[in-house]
Amino acid sequence: MKVVIRIVFILIWGGLLGSADAQPLRVSQEGEIPTIAEALERAQPGDTLIIEGGTYREYNLVVDKPLTILGKDRPVIDGERQGFILVIKADDVTVKGLEVRHASTSFMEDYAGILVEKTNNTLIEDVRLIDNFFGIYLAETNKAVIRNNYLSASGERETSSGNGIHLWYSKDTRIEGNYVKGHRDGLYFEFVDGANIKDNLSEENIRYGIHFMYSDNCRYVANTFRDNGGGVAVMYTSNVEIIGNTFKDNWGSSAYGMLLKEINRSRIEENHFENNSVGLYIEATSRNMVTGNTFHQNGWAIKLMANSTDNEFKANNFIANSFEVATNSRRNFNTFSGNYWSRYEGYDLDRDGVGDVPHHPVRLFTILVEKQPQSLLLLRSLLIDILDAAEKVMPSLTPETLIDDQPQMKPLP
Amino acid sequence: MIEFKNITKKFGKLTVLDGINLEIPDGQATGIVGPNGSGKTTAIKSLLGLVKPTEGNIYVNEETVSENWQYRDGIGYMPQVARYPENMTVAELFRFIKKIRNGEPSHEDELISYFGLEPELDKAMRTLSGGNCQKVGAVLSMMFNPDLLIFDEPTAGLDPRSSVQFKNKVRELKSEGKTILLTTHIMSEIEELADYLIFIVEGKIKYHGPMQQLLDAHKSQRLEGAVAKMMEEAAA
Amino acid sequence: MKSLTILNYQWKDLVRGKWIFGYALIYLLISDALIRFGGSGPKALLSISNVMLLLVPLVSMIYGALYLYQSKEFTELLLAQPLNRKTLFWGLYGGLAIPLSSAYTLGVLIPMLYSGMLNGEQIVSILMLLALGIILTLLFTGIGFWLGLSYFEDRIKGLGFALVGWLFLAVLYDGLVLLIIFMLGDYPIEKPMLALTMLNPIDLARIIVLLEFDISALMGYTGAIFNRFFGSFWGIITAGLSLMLWLVIPLWGSTRKFREMDF
Repeated sequence: MKVVIRIVFILIWGGLLGSADAQPLRVSQEGEIPTIAEALERAQPGDTLIIEGGTYREYNLVVDKPLTILGKDRPVIDGERQGFILVIKADDVTVKGLEVRHASTSFMEDYAGILVEKTNNTLIEDVRLIDNFFGIYLAETNKAVIRNNYLSASGERETSSGNGIHLWYSKDTRIEGNYVKGHRDGLYFEFVDGANIKDNLSEENIRYGIHFMYSDNCRYVANTFRDNGGGVAVMYTSNVEIIGNTFKDNWGSSAYGMLLKEINRSRIEENHFENNSVGLYIEATSRNMVTGNTFHQNGWAIKLMANSTDNEFKANNFIANSFEVATNSRRNFNTFSGNYWSRYEGYDLDRDGVGDVPHHPVRLFTILVEKQPQSLLLLRSLLIDILDAAEKVMPSLTPETLIDDQPQMKPLP
Repeated sequence: MIEFKNITKKFGKLTVLDGINLEIPDGQATGIVGPNGSGKTTAIKSLLGLVKPTEGNIYVNEETVSENWQYRDGIGYMPQVARYPENMTVAELFRFIKKIRNGEPSHEDELISYFGLEPELDKAMRTLSGGNCQKVGAVLSMMFNPDLLIFDEPTAGLDPRSSVQFKNKVRELKSEGKTILLTTHIMSEIEELADYLIFIVEGKIKYHGPMQQLLDAHKSQRLEGAVAKMMEEAAA
Repeated sequence: MKSLTILNYQWKDLVRGKWIFGYALIYLLISDALIRFGGSGPKALLSISNVMLLLVPLVSMIYGALYLYQSKEFTELLLAQPLNRKTLFWGLYGGLAIPLSSAYTLGVLIPMLYSGMLNGEQIVSILMLLALGIILTLLFTGIGFWLGLSYFEDRIKGLGFALVGWLFLAVLYDGLVLLIIFMLGDYPIEKPMLALTMLNPIDLARIIVLLEFDISALMGYTGAIFNRFFGSFWGIITAGLSLMLWLVIPLWGSTRKFREMDF
């Protein structure tokens, strides 16, 4: 009984103490706690820090206990290029409503606006990260959520610029509704498992909109990647779902809407590839389903290297691309079926919506351009149309088995 | 006053006009004769600026003809074979030429009725008979009351009645003091209409002077005989 | 002003001849069919521009050459009138080139109008297509005139040269370019290649079409010179200026010829 009373007493006392402590710590330049560093030191685990508006010139702020850090009137933490700005090392930390500026730039160390290292359940939401080397850097985290943040950098060269949202050995991360611009890679994933990437916009980054390696079992849905130096690269991964994303305006001799290299057993569905030099570049990639995508006005809709096998291209729309499919061999181990090709010139006598003659998406001219790129100058000339027509009648250079024998007469919805 | 000064015209190697010098005073009616291919039409076309002489210069009222077009205001021309835009009607053609020429036509209606063209006015040029085409040409050449009239084989397509009508009109113009130039194969026409004669053979002028003088010189009553004699002399 | 009078009569004459309606109708039917079967997207525009690149030079050049023979009487009639030859030339040229351009413009525009393509974001592409067609019409009518005047006495020769000229510019020239590329492809031939395409007005127009519709592919090319050329405004400006030059040269030659000619 005594024990029970003592416990109750302790609980009530503790509760009182707790409720007293539940008063958040206020950081304000005119107030009692003028710096964030001091607040972090005074805070107890589970405390809430409210940082009032103003510019705080602080860096290497280490969060080593579970805390909720909220910005009021969007305070600015300016690292003045002295090192990291916020370093989260404890579980259950939430950061919201801040603006984080000017982490250091370095060739040796990956300085970041927010570094999250070896934690569980980190939430970073509604944070503006302006002109940092790396933006948000997650290393060995579990169940982190990165949501509705705005990241912008003005890096000009790959070496002087870090990645926007960088994940390394992280599990079950959710990345939603972020905007990334002007970094090296907008999003970077290496050895990540089970990430869910949704509704992000990544544009005008120096290298890739998303750079994705050795990261199995991830999903990325409804993101937009546009006008990035090299487009998007997805490599050395199995079981990825890439659904409903938009890849557009990636121009250049090595720019791809999306580059797939050694990707297996993945689904690429309902994506929109528009205005890219190459819509989808596929190399050493096998057993994937590519369905329901739309390729619109790309230079090359698909460049399919012959070391890729057993991929299925079904029910995609190919509309007004300069070239539909290019390949580097006369052999083909992939299937194309039931796609809509705007270059298709066949007929449909039985009116079942499927063309009566197969479509050859690889033109003779595609091969001429592979051999002598300068001949690109002759695109859309009558001569080329005549050559293509002749090749269609008597294929001698184009892969005979790379055909769609069920070409659709109308674009698929 | 029309002056040809040392006019030479070559088409390739062929010399069509060979150093022609001419002076045609105002108010004179002159017939131009010569064998086929002698250069009559080329001479007329040079005067009109249709053909550009290889050498020499032509002056109309002391104004040079080359690179000049205003002088044609005072010229009415009726071509040898009159061909007109096929789809235009006669009335449209008259209206069109009126817009192209600056002056108001002086007796357009009178001319149209004189040549009996009223029923043809709304017909397309392509449906017109050759004779009516010629009449249209005649009206066009006269309707702006020019001081110089040039007729190239004018009666070739006309029936005898129209031919007489035309010649009467030319006489009338002559009496008004117009300068008239005329080529034709029909010597009697020249006898009827011209006072002066120019005789061209192989691009050279063999004779230019009053017709009577020529007749006297060849002791001939008729022009035809005189001209035939000249041709024989030229061929010899 | 007199040029306009002549032009006006020429126009009426063409309208009466009815073939100009046929010409407009060809474009109307082709555009209608292409939009009907290809949708109102860039596919139809691309197909229309392909037709334009073929048909406009062919018809303009042949008709330009034949037209002078056809209107020989008209020309002779007018030359005997107090009229400057220059005025007459521009009247004749305008009298053909303007109806031809209008036929093209209307033929292509009307199906776009009732397919509702004009309110879309494609308006720039459409304007470019129309402008290119009109420039090509003016240009090849000029070349046709020049041929017609050069062989004024021999209409078969004029027509023959027009046909062969078209075949050369539309097909054979590109064959030559392709041959050079495959023979000398290992040398830095980008600049000469660009210069070579500038020498052919059909290729020039085609390059402008490429800049509008295939810039993604052009930017995917690995050569720096092409990229610099196509990727900047220089490409379109150089191509446009060259096309203008092409427009001026045959017309300049024609006016000179016309001034010196015997009728």
